[in-house]
Amino acid sequence: MAADSKHDAGTPLIQVRDLRVGFRLGENQTFEAVKGVSFDIPENSTVALVGESGSGKSVTALAILGLLPPENSIVDPGSKILFQGRNLVGLPFREMRDLRGADISMIFQEPMTSLNPVFTVGYQLTEVLTLHRGLSAGAARKRAIELLEEVGIPDPKRRINAYPSQMSGGQQQRVMIAMAIACEPKLLIADEPTTALDVTIQKQILDLIAELQRRHRMSVLFITHDLAVVGEIADHVVVMRNGEIREKGTAKQVFESPQDPYTKALLMCRPEPKHRPMRLPVIEDFMGGRGPQHLEERKRGISPTDSVILDVKNLGKSFYVRDGLFGRKEFKAAADVSFKLRRGKTLGLVGESGSGKTTVGLTLMRLHEPTSGQALFDGKDILAMSNREFMPYKRRVQIIFQNPYASLNPRFTVGQILTEPMQIHGIGANAQERTDTVFELLGKVGLPDVSFYKYPHEFSGGQRQRIAIARCLTLKPDILICDESVSALDVSVQAQVLNLLQDLQDEFQLSYLFISHDLAVVKYISDEVMVMNEGRVVEIADADTIYRHPREPYTQKLLSAIPKGWQGERKIA
Amino acid sequence: MATPSATLPRAADGTREIPHTVSPGLWTLAWRRLRNDRIGMVSLYLVAAFLVLILLSATGLIAKDWSKEVGVNYAPPSFVGADIEAGTPAGPATPDATVPASEYKSSIVDPLGDVIAELKGEKAAPPPAGAAPAEGKSVDPLADVMADIRAGKGTKTDTTPVEARRATLPFGGDKWGRDIVAKTIKGSETSIFVGIMSAVVATALGTLFGAISGYYGRWVDDAFNWFYSVFNSIPYLLLILAVAAVLQQKGMLTIILILGLTGWTGVFRLIRAEYLKHKSREYVQAADAIGASNARRMFIHIFPNISHVVLVQLSILTVGFIKAEVILSFLGFGVPVDVVSWGSMLNEAQNELILGKWWQLVAATVAMAVLVTAFSLFTDALRDALDPKLKGLKGH
Repeated sequence: MAADSKHDAGTPLIQVRDLRVGFRLGENQTFEAVKGVSFDIPENSTVALVGESGSGKSVTALAILGLLPPENSIVDPGSKILFQGRNLVGLPFREMRDLRGADISMIFQEPMTSLNPVFTVGYQLTEVLTLHRGLSAGAARKRAIELLEEVGIPDPKRRINAYPSQMSGGQQQRVMIAMAIACEPKLLIADEPTTALDVTIQKQILDLIAELQRRHRMSVLFITHDLAVVGEIADHVVVMRNGEIREKGTAKQVFESPQDPYTKALLMCRPEPKHRPMRLPVIEDFMGGRGPQHLEERKRGISPTDSVILDVKNLGKSFYVRDGLFGRKEFKAAADVSFKLRRGKTLGLVGESGSGKTTVGLTLMRLHEPTSGQALFDGKDILAMSNREFMPYKRRVQIIFQNPYASLNPRFTVGQILTEPMQIHGIGANAQERTDTVFELLGKVGLPDVSFYKYPHEFSGGQRQRIAIARCLTLKPDILICDESVSALDVSVQAQVLNLLQDLQDEFQLSYLFISHDLAVVKYISDEVMVMNEGRVVEIADADTIYRHPREPYTQKLLSAIPKGWQGERKIA
Repeated sequence: MATPSATLPRAADGTREIPHTVSPGLWTLAWRRLRNDRIGMVSLYLVAAFLVLILLSATGLIAKDWSKEVGVNYAPPSFVGADIEAGTPAGPATPDATVPASEYKSSIVDPLGDVIAELKGEKAAPPPAGAAPAEGKSVDPLADVMADIRAGKGTKTDTTPVEARRATLPFGGDKWGRDIVAKTIKGSETSIFVGIMSAVVATALGTLFGAISGYYGRWVDDAFNWFYSVFNSIPYLLLILAVAAVLQQKGMLTIILILGLTGWTGVFRLIRAEYLKHKSREYVQAADAIGASNARRMFIHIFPNISHVVLVQLSILTVGFIKAEVILSFLGFGVPVDVVSWGSMLNEAQNELILGKWWQLVAATVAMAVLVTAFSLFTDALRDALDPKLKGLKGH
């Protein structure tokens, strides 16, 4: 595929040739993370490196910067990374350091951990300038203010003295970008720069990066797992999987006529706001060559005849923070939240971070004490019960957490994890019967029987989330609260888990309270959608209604921030 | 690790028997890592050797007769050779064995007596130098300690058959002619046993308090923290001396209790922090969601996840308490005089050194240094094996 450099006359800025990176695992084991990758980054353009976890995309970026941990990584000496004709592989440390920050710079996923919390942002910015540019303190400060203004920090003269903790996540990422472009680099590497941010902020940051790229005529290597984001920003796309390149080409080629089945699958398995197939296509559909199945539209929505299983009225939860010696300040995480959850239906709960959506979920599980309000389950207020009275209801309301790596006890085998809830609630007559149930459920969530004897760390993220789902099912619940349950998963795995949740709902008539910040996913799975902001309900309506005709301005803002993906002829490259 | 075979469904319906390999748990993985650590393994073998030794001595298989006076007084090590002037004739000729115990003791116990005798130029055998002690005693600053030793000793010492006393012993003898090798083994038994047992007591207390305090938080945590702060504000050694003085009785149990009751604070702080961290983890919330009780969450869910911290603390404390026991016994607040420990050996040795009888000091010091160093290195290896992230290596 030589087509990717056809509209660039000169030599590309970076040429990666046959890059191979391995990691030493034990005495004689190595893990090959990148297996012979070659691609170009032309001048003045944005290249997106797309792949799921374990695809080797971040390792590739770190190799370009020479930031791989030296103690356990091995870059094959035959690999070449040519930057303006210089091979960066095996470059002496000192030369590499001069290159970093000045010619090539990087922004990372987590702005909160990339900035030093004990220095002001101004100090950290001027440090870059005095180090690489040799500016005097006064000149550096002046330049720092200009940079902050350029990345869109309001009132930069004052904010330059702020500490990172005094800024929001979006602003911190802007400061990181300001630091990265401070020395006018020729290449900016952005490793998942928007993944940790809310959708509305994500949109702003993407726009900012695109604008800076044009204005400074630099190149951007944009690393992400999200093809929708890529469609908005990239000129060239490189799709990686398991350390190999599956497809590369211009954005137009990749989005309009993908050649590789994996690329096709990635494009298809992400739910789109416009369609709602019966089942989401998964990677196996494409790799097996049989193509997606069951693409007919699924009907969603609620009717007045649906019976209400949980009726939440005026739910409130406040946290108190100490203020001064004796005073305390009230922080309303959720206030006056009312909704009805219907049997066999899904209520999607969307909002940005800090909107109180998780608080609602945890309070309904009684993992938080509510401050006010009622939750009527079969006519009884489960929030007012004593712990003993609540026990039988506890079984019927279950929760699936966000992070499948944290929600399973690492010291238990899967068998122990799945039998324990039944032991506690006295389900099943004896150990034999419980074990039988576990095997049945493992089959239901699509895991082999051998899983029974394994520990959670032997499973991938998607498989762990299946275990967590199976754990809830052991109790035969009526309501399942999914708290960002698919947010931490790769897109292809996300599709599988969403399909599984859908199958289970069809089979057991489960009611879901589906909490997520991802509007596309919520649109796909929900019958009814509730939008929350700053602890309050903004809008509740049928899923289709809310997406087509949002009433509230906040909902409109949220919806317009969803990455649109490839929109055809977007701009002239 | 937990053996899944226990829960293996029986092949009642024929198809349920699933071939599986037992997945390595935390401990198996840690053991594999430890096995690759050469220093760790050497230390482990040394520690194990000591444990075998004290186990044998505790069951009476070796060093049972440590208190038998098998050699002449201050019998030198065999490789040095017999003390020609004093040793050889003294052995069989001593009249001690026939003398009643009380008289016999006073004649040999006071080392200063010997010194004086030597100074006077009577280089005769130490035992008959019985005349001197009466004066020597009044000026002896260690008189009361020695009195203790005498009191304890009198009841215990076997009357030694006269004919059996040897001129030299493999690594020398102490001032009663007891074999230093056997004595060191017996001393190791005491010191290590006290160290391990008090570490167990302290770790158990610290873990329990830390778990309750960290898990429940709020006023429970406050209460424990007050208690902890008060405890910690008293200078450590003084606290031990005070408890020792209050308890009055001397005995191994007492010293174990003293060390255990005063040593839990460090463990408490660590375990409390671990529980604070873990109680808000999602797997604990998930346990709450499935209806697990507080006790179940604390000890069945959280505890296995922090057990490696407990184990490392236990190991660190054992080293610390072995040293603490040595110091206490050296100062005379430790084990009673009828029990030998490294500390009491060192205590005796400080007097012997003046006479140039270095072997008891060397034996006790070497034994202690080897064990403490090996145990410390093993603790480091153990910590690395259990928490590989500390070493910056990859792996879950």
